[in-house]
Amino acid sequence: MIELNEVSKVYPGGVTALNSVNLHIPAGEIHGIVGRSGAGKSTLIRCLTGLEDVTEGQISIDGVDLTAARGAELIAARRSIGMVFQHVNLLDSRTAAKNIAHPLEIARVPKAERRRRVAELLELVGLSDRADNYPSQLSGGQKQRVGIARALAAEPGVLLCDEPTSALDSTTTRQILELIGQLRDRLGITVIIITHEMSVVREICDAVSLLDEGSIARSGPLLDVISDRSSPLSKELISLPPTSALQPGAQLIEVLLTESGTIGHFGDLFSLLSRNGLPTRVEAGSIETIQGRQVGRLHIRPEDSSTAQKTLQVLTDAGLHAELTTAAALETEAGLKEEEA
Amino acid sequence: MLLAEERWLNNPVVENQLLEAVLETLYMTLATGFFTVLFGLPLGVLLHNLGPKGLNPMSPLYRALSLVVDFGRAVPFIVLMLWIIPFTRLIVGTAIGWEAAVVPLTVGAIPFFARMVENSLREVSWGKVEAVRMMGASDLHVTWNVLLREGLPGIIGGLTITLVTLISFTAMAGAVGGGGLGQLAINYGYNRYQADVMLICVILLVVIVTAVQYTGNFIARRLDHR
Ligand SMILES: Nc1ncnc2c1ncn2[C@@H]1O[C@H](COP(=O)(O)OP(=O)(O)OP(=O)(O)O)[C@@H](O)[C@H]1O
Ligand SMILES: [Mg+2]
Repeated sequence: MIELNEVSKVYPGGVTALNSVNLHIPAGEIHGIVGRSGAGKSTLIRCLTGLEDVTEGQISIDGVDLTAARGAELIAARRSIGMVFQHVNLLDSRTAAKNIAHPLEIARVPKAERRRRVAELLELVGLSDRADNYPSQLSGGQKQRVGIARALAAEPGVLLCDEPTSALDSTTTRQILELIGQLRDRLGITVIIITHEMSVVREICDAVSLLDEGSIARSGPLLDVISDRSSPLSKELISLPPTSALQPGAQLIEVLLTESGTIGHFGDLFSLLSRNGLPTRVEAGSIETIQGRQVGRLHIRPEDSSTAQKTLQVLTDAGLHAELTTAAALETEAGLKEEEA
Repeated sequence: MLLAEERWLNNPVVENQLLEAVLETLYMTLATGFFTVLFGLPLGVLLHNLGPKGLNPMSPLYRALSLVVDFGRAVPFIVLMLWIIPFTRLIVGTAIGWEAAVVPLTVGAIPFFARMVENSLREVSWGKVEAVRMMGASDLHVTWNVLLREGLPGIIGGLTITLVTLISFTAMAGAVGGGGLGQLAINYGYNRYQADVMLICVILLVVIVTAVQYTGNFIARRLDHR
């Protein structure tokens, strides 16, 4: 369990990187943290590791107050945290096995025990045949697997990942995310993943927080956040391709489907509209499966203002999130940029 | 002319003094190399760790140390050698011979090598340092297992350059009684116009430098897994 209480961080020089952050992450949760570049994501994770002191507030991990810990206590606390880095940061002078053994060496685990653990961990990340390879002999995905095994070596309760897949292609990203998901299921660890890829959040996060200029702008279980139309995060998570073929200013109706109401599928939506004699000209749409549920967003173009109003009415009456928007507004509303390889 | 022809490579100087000169040059280089590493390596580590990107930045101390090192590097070797003769006498008991030359050579090489070490350590990515600190490692552990180990290929490269520079300095030391191939070249090749001695000395110095460079490159390559 991770608990942040009114955490602020001001860097020497006056940059306020975190501003009264409150966050509660229950044990066993995979929590995504997203936000623009410079929002303070890395700062948040560095404060969690104790690599950076917080200016104000408290951070506790599994009941241990990290902000009060000093010296030996801090070192012990760090051992209860595993960290995975974007650039992996393996030592080039050590083989995969030696890199994984490193935290155990530091914790003075006896050699025989060390060897047994390393073999176990290599097995866990599927790299048993690569034990004696140096990092330079491994692919990006394999390196990250070694990085994850190393982070888990000292059996931490918490795994912190700062952009763990940003340097990987999409297939490898999926494999790494799958691995992280499996590890959580098997070991019951709590995971924080910082990412700028919405696909990462959609794929494995149970909950997500949006960090904006050092503050948590929105935080909650993934489906709740998506269902919340007012949150820009919802539009980022289920994003629509641009409708650039349309005249700027053209009216569009945006509908969000979350399988929660009576209308759970696009099929139901289309039949509802046709029952009411309304044309459904779809300009853009996307469907994602999130935590086993289908979630989607559509842009429907009404013929004129009166059908627009009627469509809106019908959809709202059916309990759906629908709103009127214009084609030009779309381009400016993109807050976070989704980058998918 | 005929005489000169006959003495070509038959020169008693070559027969009687060449081997000793070669050995003196090698001893001087090795002894200086040893002491340079002994003092220069810790100094380089200290410079790095106290520096702005080190484990324990302490800028006043760093600047003071930096100043001393830069001063040591700025003094021309030949001046340094003459300047510290009293110190050399104090340590070796004499100011002549290869043993005596080791003192100024070492004093000159330490700051040079220390900067090389500092540079090599700076090239070790900070991410690696943080990753290992995250494991709860002490600064000593990080210095030894991350900075020095990851920077080792660079340090060996720096040591090679230092040794090569030292070999040319041993020749300079020879000019003022330091022994070795340099002294032989100056005493016979230059002062007595024995071109054969000069040529042999030059060739041998080139051979030694090449061997050092080759060995250094080989070791650095073997240690480098990047
Ligand atoms: N060591 C530092 N000293 C001073 N300011 C810093 C330092 N590190 C980060 N900052 C500032 O704090 C703010 C937050 O930075 P941070 O690295 O946490 O952002 P981020 O959300 O991780 O961004 P990115 O997505 O680009 O990695 C930025 O304005 C940055 O300039
Ligand atoms: Mg960052």
